[in-house]
Amino acid sequence: MTPIRTLSSRTVVLPAANIDTDQIIPARFLTTTTREGLGVNLFADWRYHANGDPQQHFVLNQTQARDCSILVAGRNFGCGSSREHAPWALLDYGIRAVISTEIADIFRSNALKNGLLPVAVDEVTHAWLLHHPGAQVTIDLPSATLTLPDGARVAFPIETFARYCLVNGIDELGFLLEQQPQIEAFERRRNAA
Amino acid sequence: MDQTPRTMLEKIWQQHEVVAETADTPAVLYVDLHLIHEVTSPQAFALLGARGLTVRHPELTLATMDHSTPTRTEQIFGGAPITLESAGRQIRQMERNCARFGVELLGLTSEQRGIVHVIGPELGATQPGMTIVCGDSHTSTHGALGALAFGIGTTEVGHVLATQSLLQRKPRSFAIDVDNFLQPGVTAKDLILAIISRIGVSGGTGHVIEYRGAGVRVLDMEERMTVCNMSIEAGARAGMIAPDETTYTWLAGRPRVARGAAWDEAVARWRGLPSDPGAHFDRQVEMNAALVEPMITYGTNPGMVIAINGTIPERKDDAAFDKSLAYMGFEPGATLKDKPVNVVFLGSCTNGRLSDLRAAAAVLRGHKIARGVQMLVVPGSQQVKREAEAEGLHLIFLDAGAEWRESGCSMCLGMNGDLVGKGEYSLSTSNRNFEGRQGVGARTLLASPLTAAASAVRGRVSDARELMRH
Repeated sequence: MTPIRTLSSRTVVLPAANIDTDQIIPARFLTTTTREGLGVNLFADWRYHANGDPQQHFVLNQTQARDCSILVAGRNFGCGSSREHAPWALLDYGIRAVISTEIADIFRSNALKNGLLPVAVDEVTHAWLLHHPGAQVTIDLPSATLTLPDGARVAFPIETFARYCLVNGIDELGFLLEQQPQIEAFERRRNAA
Repeated sequence: MDQTPRTMLEKIWQQHEVVAETADTPAVLYVDLHLIHEVTSPQAFALLGARGLTVRHPELTLATMDHSTPTRTEQIFGGAPITLESAGRQIRQMERNCARFGVELLGLTSEQRGIVHVIGPELGATQPGMTIVCGDSHTSTHGALGALAFGIGTTEVGHVLATQSLLQRKPRSFAIDVDNFLQPGVTAKDLILAIISRIGVSGGTGHVIEYRGAGVRVLDMEERMTVCNMSIEAGARAGMIAPDETTYTWLAGRPRVARGAAWDEAVARWRGLPSDPGAHFDRQVEMNAALVEPMITYGTNPGMVIAINGTIPERKDDAAFDKSLAYMGFEPGATLKDKPVNVVFLGSCTNGRLSDLRAAAAVLRGHKIARGVQMLVVPGSQQVKREAEAEGLHLIFLDAGAEWRESGCSMCLGMNGDLVGKGEYSLSTSNRNFEGRQGVGARTLLASPLTAAASAVRGRVSDARELMRH
């Protein structure tokens, strides 16, 4: 994994609350057996007409969204299905971080394992971001802060271990494989009981 | 020695801690049972292959196929081609992966195949006190037997395949105490929808819910599974119910449970699982089961739900709410009762078990479904299908004009081509009414099997209690 320290971008805003993983990547695209190439179908039912033409009013199809890698979304982003195809699709499209007030548990866990940053902020910051699409913000992972255009810094919670892995480009499986002696000892204890 | 009273979650957690969590590192949690299916496992097997890893415990891993599998008999058993080519590829990939890594697969034509959350308990693979994971959010279902069971992503599926363990922070605990009993004609589905309405679709985030109280104790195992199944719809990764005599009676003699003295020892061990009196929960909510009405959703998340005789609420200055109602074609203040339905879906890991089929059949018996309505009955497993056929339930469905299919997830998420048309209304016993969940532009109304059957007969959203009175 590539280490991640900071990320600066203008924001793109999807204000709806409870954006579920069926919206992020509809189930009909899950018959794939790889993790690549899902970006083209990100938010497919909001982004395209039935004939495949882009929906002009949808924010990701507008010129100001081009090159934005930080998505600001309504409360409880990523709820629903556990499909890891959701963060895969966002990353493949070019989104590197999602800012909301609440991010659903499984989505959050999946995002962290793929280098997509889940940034949960307070209501006031969130409301400001929702009303200022295109704001230039910076996420600094080592200090777990989000810097707004006026220089104000907002802290966000992130699991220490997940942050350590992301900042150092360590993959969690490597860490888990190093726990093999402890896992073996646990299995011996259980078998003896 | 006095011990601090512990919750069932804490007990199961501590029994599975390979390494305890610290401020800097999550716990290494041991997994007793890893269920896998065709949609969320291929990339995990690919990871194993790429890194030269093996499956640490194939015997603790059980595979089936359910999500993208066809439900038409000729496609399962008759050699007819699978409609979606990509689904066929995924199914064949699953067969190859299981063969290569030595994992037991209840494959397409297996008598034990079914929706992963139906077959786990049915086979007795799911047992009290276990940690169970699966790359599927409705893994919460298995908590009905007193297990700690939760959905994981595909990367984590790879972690469990390779190490039989997961890196996890201990979730917070949430007790939902249900007092009193459900009224006749009100089901476990209505109870969980009422709970989601009460705490909201993110009310359980970061928590494991334990359902307790007299109103839960009286539920049978399949009803408990319906309740735990939809915990994720309230944002909780897991739901659980302490095991009791109902659990042990239901589980005894199932194919994968211990026999004789070993069974007795297991039950004795399980009796220690329930939360201790006075155990601390991080959050607690009380519900009165007697006040729960048959529930039905009107919007595009399961928290947008009302009593069947209620009216759609009004919410000022809520763009998301307006957008949701526009998608559904509904107005604030309207009733859902008597709204026409196009499709009725009876099935899913929420309501695809034998008792669900029995309940719907009791309403349908002697009736025909309304002209123009398509009703799909999809048993949760091949075993459920056989048992239903042994009772003649399939004849009631077929006589009424419904379709009787092979088991699978089917129209719950429409991955296999079982779809609801654009703009059509689907009265569905499944778990999610998200936009497009059952097909592009499909409008889903979630409700119980009773409501589904009554609505199929009238071709309109109906209160089954009125139909049953006649």
